[in-house]
Amino acid sequence: MACPSGQANHPAGPDIHSELTGPAGSVAGVSEPEILIRAHDLTKRFGDFVAVDGISFELRRGEAFGFLGPNGAGKSSTMRMIGCVSPPSGGELTILGMDPVADGPAIRARLGVVPQEDTLDVELTVRENLLVYGRYFGLPRAVIAERTSSLLDFVQLAERAGDQVEPLSGGMKRRLTIARSLINDPEILLLDEPTTGLDPQARHVVWDRLFRLKQQGVTLVLTTHYMDEAEQLCDRLVVMDRGRIAAEGSPRDLIERYSTREVLELRFAVSDHELAADKVAQIPANRTEVLADRILLYVDNGDAAMAAVRGVGLEPITSLVRRSTLEDVFLRLTGRRLEDG
Amino acid sequence: MAVRALESWLINYRRTWRGSIYSSVLNPVLYLGAMGLALGKLVDQHATTNLGGVSYLAFLAPGLMAASAMQTGVDESLYPVYTAVKWQKTYMAAAATPLRPGDIYRGHILFTLLRLTMNMTIFLAIMAAFGAIKSALAVACLPVAVLTGLSFATPLDAFAVTQQKTDQAFALIFRFGMIPLFLFSGTFFPISQLPAWIRPVAYATPLWHGVALCRALSLGTADVTGALGHIGYLLVIVALGLIAGQRTYRRRLHV
Repeated sequence: MACPSGQANHPAGPDIHSELTGPAGSVAGVSEPEILIRAHDLTKRFGDFVAVDGISFELRRGEAFGFLGPNGAGKSSTMRMIGCVSPPSGGELTILGMDPVADGPAIRARLGVVPQEDTLDVELTVRENLLVYGRYFGLPRAVIAERTSSLLDFVQLAERAGDQVEPLSGGMKRRLTIARSLINDPEILLLDEPTTGLDPQARHVVWDRLFRLKQQGVTLVLTTHYMDEAEQLCDRLVVMDRGRIAAEGSPRDLIERYSTREVLELRFAVSDHELAADKVAQIPANRTEVLADRILLYVDNGDAAMAAVRGVGLEPITSLVRRSTLEDVFLRLTGRRLEDG
Repeated sequence: MAVRALESWLINYRRTWRGSIYSSVLNPVLYLGAMGLALGKLVDQHATTNLGGVSYLAFLAPGLMAASAMQTGVDESLYPVYTAVKWQKTYMAAAATPLRPGDIYRGHILFTLLRLTMNMTIFLAIMAAFGAIKSALAVACLPVAVLTGLSFATPLDAFAVTQQKTDQAFALIFRFGMIPLFLFSGTFFPISQLPAWIRPVAYATPLWHGVALCRALSLGTADVTGALGHIGYLLVIVALGLIAGQRTYRRRLHV
């Protein structure tokens, strides 16, 4: 993020300690490969259990790349392999042109990691947490102090700098973890379920900060099982299910490819639900999904479909015409909903 | 790199060092006062040939010093490590940085080494204040006691990081490991008082080697062969612990 030469393909972070030369600065250059992470047939096994089952993907500099999938899809295992804290069981993985097993420390020096669970030292103050972490990277104390003040401003925690971490809210701890992950001026920021467990308001604050980082050109890799998070933040994503990649593309791409322009959602009285489902099936639609509580019709024109529903003598309790989302893509690809896991 | 991991322990210790100093001072004062002076008075009224003709205080103090090193070594290795790997997960945070698991392990061992050096320096000074030292060689009790503490810290630290679900094993270590060692490794009475069949068990424990050598140094009866034997034994255990820790930390932090 702090390249003195300011080359076009790494234009990150003018707002955050841009005056400093981070580990990224010394190696970046115009000849640097555009691909930061390359995985081919990557596999992770724990005993007999296959957590990641031969996935292939590439991460380009400057993009926000997401792994979308339910719990247990293999997202975190993938992230841990990228973070060089979990040796792959098979396949190939190259990160920043290096081998994660042989060059783990050198790669980790250039990554920022926001783990799924908070790993803050809750007995220390906000500032001390950044000091400890910065020292892990071997940064001089003066550099850490300087970056700490700009990073705490960035995550809106400057006023809490001297406070102990323990009593901070979940959202504040998350933001502190994000600040901590940026202390080494990383080239790639890894975020594993960055807003899981936060209340909606705290989530939006985190999203806002991540969106700013993205706009500054920081390369983001994130996992999520929230489709709105993926839609808002990811330029490109893969849908993961049971250790495999089910589809890859931009959110818009995926919706165009795997869903229809509109979705008609119908809700009937519980007693009528099954009967209604049979009748709805006669209506011409691209696809119909009967969920436990709703019936979804995938169509190009929701209002026309609604008229057709009335035409066969059905009157739902509620109906809603909406755009397709990644949730619909996931349902189409796996037959399950994201939160079902 | 291990020094970077050490720093995190030091930054934490800045908050608690005062309290820890109180107990480092109080502990030897209470033990040497109650057992060395008060109980010693009773012991000294009888013939003390079994103690080698010295006062009970002079006999007890170096043994207690070695036992206190064990205590520090165990205390620093079990719950702090479990907290770092399980409750706070600060080890997981460290593992995401350039630090390797072995660096994280050795950083904590370095911190334990510092704590041992602090506590043992205080202990030795209090021993001197009690007039419990008979020889200038007692200065060498400091490194010997620190080594004794490390012989518990390196393997137990390596073990603590492997505990996944509960810390129940630690209570067992205290109850069936530390307390018997404390009582039966020659700290309070010579091993010769024990039944012959159990003595080899005492000889096998690192604490006995620490107690025997600290005592010989403090009383001025140490000989080179014996000293090298004790030191060699303790060094082997420390080395085995270091090898184990390198492995157990990697297995736990790089899954």
